[in-house]
Amino acid sequence: MKNKSRLLSGPYLFWAISFIIIPFCMIFCYGLTDKSGNLTLANILSIATSEHSKALSLSIELSLIATAICLLLGYPLAAILAHMKNSSGVIIFVFILPMWMNFLLRTLAWQTLLEKTGVINTVLSALHLPTINIINTSGAIVLGMVYNFLPFMVLPLYNSLTKIDENVLNAAADLGANAFQTFYKITLPLSVPGIISGITMVFVPALTTFVISKLLGGSKILLIGNVIEEQFTQAGNWHLGSGLSIVLMIFIIINMLLSAVFDKDGEGSVL
Amino acid sequence: MSKRLIELNNISKSFGNNIVLDELNLYIRENEFLTLLGPSGCGKTTTLRIIGGFETPDTGTVTFDGTDITALPPNKRQLNTVFQKYALFTHMNIADNIAFGLKIKGKTDKYIRDKIDYALRLVNLEGYGKRMPDSLSGGQQQRIAIARAIVNEPKVLLLDEPLGALDLKLRQDMQYELIRLKEELGITFIYVTHDQEEALTMSDTIVVMNQGYIQQIGTPEDIYNEPENAFVADFIGDSNIIDGIMLQDELVMFLGTKFACVDTGFGTNKPVDVVIRPEDVILSPPERGSLNGVVTHLIFKGVHYEMEVQAGGYEWLVHSTTMYPVGAEVGLSVDPFNIQIMNKPASEDEEAVAIEE
Repeated sequence: MKNKSRLLSGPYLFWAISFIIIPFCMIFCYGLTDKSGNLTLANILSIATSEHSKALSLSIELSLIATAICLLLGYPLAAILAHMKNSSGVIIFVFILPMWMNFLLRTLAWQTLLEKTGVINTVLSALHLPTINIINTSGAIVLGMVYNFLPFMVLPLYNSLTKIDENVLNAAADLGANAFQTFYKITLPLSVPGIISGITMVFVPALTTFVISKLLGGSKILLIGNVIEEQFTQAGNWHLGSGLSIVLMIFIIINMLLSAVFDKDGEGSVL
Repeated sequence: MSKRLIELNNISKSFGNNIVLDELNLYIRENEFLTLLGPSGCGKTTTLRIIGGFETPDTGTVTFDGTDITALPPNKRQLNTVFQKYALFTHMNIADNIAFGLKIKGKTDKYIRDKIDYALRLVNLEGYGKRMPDSLSGGQQQRIAIARAIVNEPKVLLLDEPLGALDLKLRQDMQYELIRLKEELGITFIYVTHDQEEALTMSDTIVVMNQGYIQQIGTPEDIYNEPENAFVADFIGDSNIIDGIMLQDELVMFLGTKFACVDTGFGTNKPVDVVIRPEDVILSPPERGSLNGVVTHLIFKGVHYEMEVQAGGYEWLVHSTTMYPVGAEVGLSVDPFNIQIMNKPASEDEEAVAIEE
């Protein structure tokens, strides 16, 4: 029995080793060596150069803003959905429907909408309203992040909110709490696992994205994802690209460790 | 008799097409231990939730101490609820759970500390303040839920099947605990259960409900000894319910045999339901009873033997401390005052009689 189940895990083991462990080791090998194969920390330390550190801090800033907006938009939405119970299935279906479309396509659609001569500005000028100039700004990147990653915030929040027993909320009201007190003292603390999980699910992909910044930020705004991508596709410096990836990984691990600290129950934690 | 504290007047409530309560009238006296008893779906929990403020009745009013509270939200009502499955706040320790209502009311720290100590002592869980709810057993969690409710000094404590999730032994212990608490606190308890034994053990007054109607209101003794209809007789304890004909006052015929009884006023030759409790059936050697029968089943129940006796075309349930083996021929008799006569319901609707007290 035990041998059989071990045998069954073979394909997964093979998968994990060839597509997770080995690539992971290769990143470290490239990141910690130079072109002639000598061990060096130069690739990692190059994050300190003004170009790279600017890209990293901008990435962190925009990801944090996008995550905060997702949380502010997503929490009420998740709360409303959780409250609807039976009929919420349809709404959630409609809500995640865009996720069936290709990520690239969705972002390209926003590019077409936001362009200087794009759909939105054409309509605005036809109505003799002032046009907006948002494409190729940080704002457009944040918009793209929020649009693409909002469902990843809503779903864990929805899950944690539906888990709260209605009688627990009734008990709070029974003990004299008004709607605001019940939310602040009961609902919010009990949904912390969902909040943590949602933040991680939005912050990590937002931090590493290069497609959104490329399509909606133009070539002027470089995020750390774009810098790394450039090293692999254009500069051909895999060593520097890997080194910067390791730096990014450290930030993601810090984020996850923080999640683990706040989410003691381990419900929503990714670690 | 003490004064009426809560009155429900013509309360109706439906969920969709499902009528849960139909023109229910009920009052609860001060310091009474009143139990709403009935099978699931009888409307007992909905009644409690209307009193607690968690449901609004479609029609009718709820008054508390003379004031109409029908539209008052739960957080403004002077009563507290102990919920089914406890509903403790799992992210707070026991002390914070108990302090919740007091903090909302803005009591001083010292007052709150004293109250927590008092409540934990009252439910025999001193020193548990720092523990988290998850680390407590079901029975302990239930006591914390009670403590959390009573520190607010409610005039009425509502309990919604609070012992349902506990095992038998613990349930029995908690019944005595609740009676003790009720006496120590001197407040009104409204208790919801489907367990007739719980209801009989603890209540001053039992309200038997079925399908949204009150079937009978009375003391445990009344309900057990003088059930008003076949539903109550069947629901409270085991019963032999037999079709009979009331020949005249104090004489009833069932299973082809005439029995003396003590009931009067049913008229002559009227079809009735005859209820006889299993412990009221007297077994004797054959030919000495009113009916002859044969024992078909025998189970030893500890306090007594439970037997099934085929007699007069009916399978009698009999509890007796004297054992007759399976296959034995026995005589059955019943003392006249142990024969309970009830009118047959004329229709489905009348089966659920509205009770006027």
